[in-house]
Amino acid sequence: MSTALTTPNEAPVLADRSGAPAVRIAGVHKTFGRPGADAPVLDDINLDVAAGEFLCLLGASGCGKSTLLNLVAGLDRPTAGTIEVAGARPALMFQEHALFPWLTAGKNIELALRLNGVPRAERRPEAERLLELVRLAGSYGKRVHELSGGMRQRVAMARALAQGSKVLLMDEPFAALDAITRDVLHEEITRIWSERQLTVLFVTHNVREAVRLAQRVVLLSSRPGRVAKQWEIDLPQPRRIESACVADLSVEITEDLRREIRRHGQH
Amino acid sequence: MASTETAAVAETENPAGTAAPGSDLHGVEAGLDALDAVQVQRTPLTQVLRQKVLPPVLGVLLVLALWQLVYSLHVTPSYKLPSPLAVWQSLQDLWYQGTLFSIVWTSIWRGISGFVAAVVIGTPIGLLVARVRPVRAAVAPVLSGLQSLPSVAWVPAAVIWLGINDSAMYAVILLGAVPSIANGLISGIDQVPPLFLRAGRTLGARGLSGARHILLPAALPGYLAGLKQGWAFSWRSLMAAELIASSPDLGIGLGRYLENQRDSSNMAGVLLGIILILVVGVAIDLLVFSPVERRVLRSRGLLQTSR
Repeated sequence: MSTALTTPNEAPVLADRSGAPAVRIAGVHKTFGRPGADAPVLDDINLDVAAGEFLCLLGASGCGKSTLLNLVAGLDRPTAGTIEVAGARPALMFQEHALFPWLTAGKNIELALRLNGVPRAERRPEAERLLELVRLAGSYGKRVHELSGGMRQRVAMARALAQGSKVLLMDEPFAALDAITRDVLHEEITRIWSERQLTVLFVTHNVREAVRLAQRVVLLSSRPGRVAKQWEIDLPQPRRIESACVADLSVEITEDLRREIRRHGQH
Repeated sequence: MASTETAAVAETENPAGTAAPGSDLHGVEAGLDALDAVQVQRTPLTQVLRQKVLPPVLGVLLVLALWQLVYSLHVTPSYKLPSPLAVWQSLQDLWYQGTLFSIVWTSIWRGISGFVAAVVIGTPIGLLVARVRPVRAAVAPVLSGLQSLPSVAWVPAAVIWLGINDSAMYAVILLGAVPSIANGLISGIDQVPPLFLRAGRTLGARGLSGARHILLPAALPGYLAGLKQGWAFSWRSLMAAELIASSPDLGIGLGRYLENQRDSSNMAGVLLGIILILVVGVAIDLLVFSPVERRVLRSRGLLQTSR
């Protein structure tokens, strides 16, 4: 392979681990119900996410990847262990857009700005700027039901960015979209991540999506959720989901994912 | 030949199948947005008139025609069923006596101020019951029980406790309307999708600010339905109370007017009383509650436009 290869934009191929991590997950256990008696959902998770890293958490259903994301978001507390997040409360995006239907697209973003303590006079211009960032410049006054699925997720992305956190948590945000729209949004999130130098923790069960997006893919085992294996993806961004390199690595990771799943059928 | 082709592929500076430049993506995105965007159209006025206004007007005319027909055929003696014209005459009499406005206003004023008091009392009760678990366990069954109790049943008690005066009227209105307003808010809050509350919490809306920015706006459609029903209950309870309780202190409202007409066996006046009560109840609903409710539902995309 040519060594003179340059990445087409500034997106770093590999994360810079020299500084303090943006998210530090240390010895995290999570049990719903009584600790010790009920089976843990997460068992001794240790994970450092570097500032500016794009990390995909991959796993079958029941591996606790959404639970882990909720813990990082502060919506729930770990049974044991600690989670440290640098800076402000991290922003969280869901599979459903979770936009408030009683507000316009712009006002949804302004509410996030307001709760983040942004003064009134600055909210409107900042909301317009964020809408421009997700390429929805003309949609300030649109109601949620007037937007398509992809547009809703882009407004949700703008609202998440309005929280002012450098850490963005995403819980299968594109799973409910059609393949064409998802493909476009993969390019958008890659662009915005590199432009804004965000730290992204992205949960998915879609191996190709993980390889398409991430600098690092972390495979979680199921019941209990443990870190099973990790891959650094050193392909330049933006990648194409249909490209051969993405496919090759996906095959390899899928093999490991299936091995993890098969273990559950053997008992 | 084949080897050079392979070499050419290997030499492209695109081993990861790098995506097209951003401007191209922008075009794809704009195209997708245009293809997927939901078109929301408002129905034209003539269609609204034809589909929403004309049928009820025709319905009323049909009832009037049937009424006139029954009267003309002398099915019942006219002291039991006077003609529509006789009722119109009673209305004109009231108008020329100058008492029509004061009768209607006495009841409407009581009804509205009682309803407003019921909103002020019922809303915090609903909020408390919906959000505080022990309160809910204790109070929710009582509220649903009260809602199914006809508030007329409170009239004798209210009269003994408070005397035959305005306080008794208001007590009966409150006992009728507060439970349905509170219950409306409770079911509105129960129907708020948990996702909104989670989204609100991640945005930093907790406690009071969460109630103000997320919970209450999300519960608004259910709350409005409760208010609408609360008004119906207020009006009904008030009419029952006015019919039963008689005192010079109370003045003459619609209920009292109705009862006075029965006393003097004036059937045209009785029918006029019934019609006025009906018209006021429907008018408040049509002029106040329905437009607000439609506006709220339309802005949230919850209103199906008829095609």
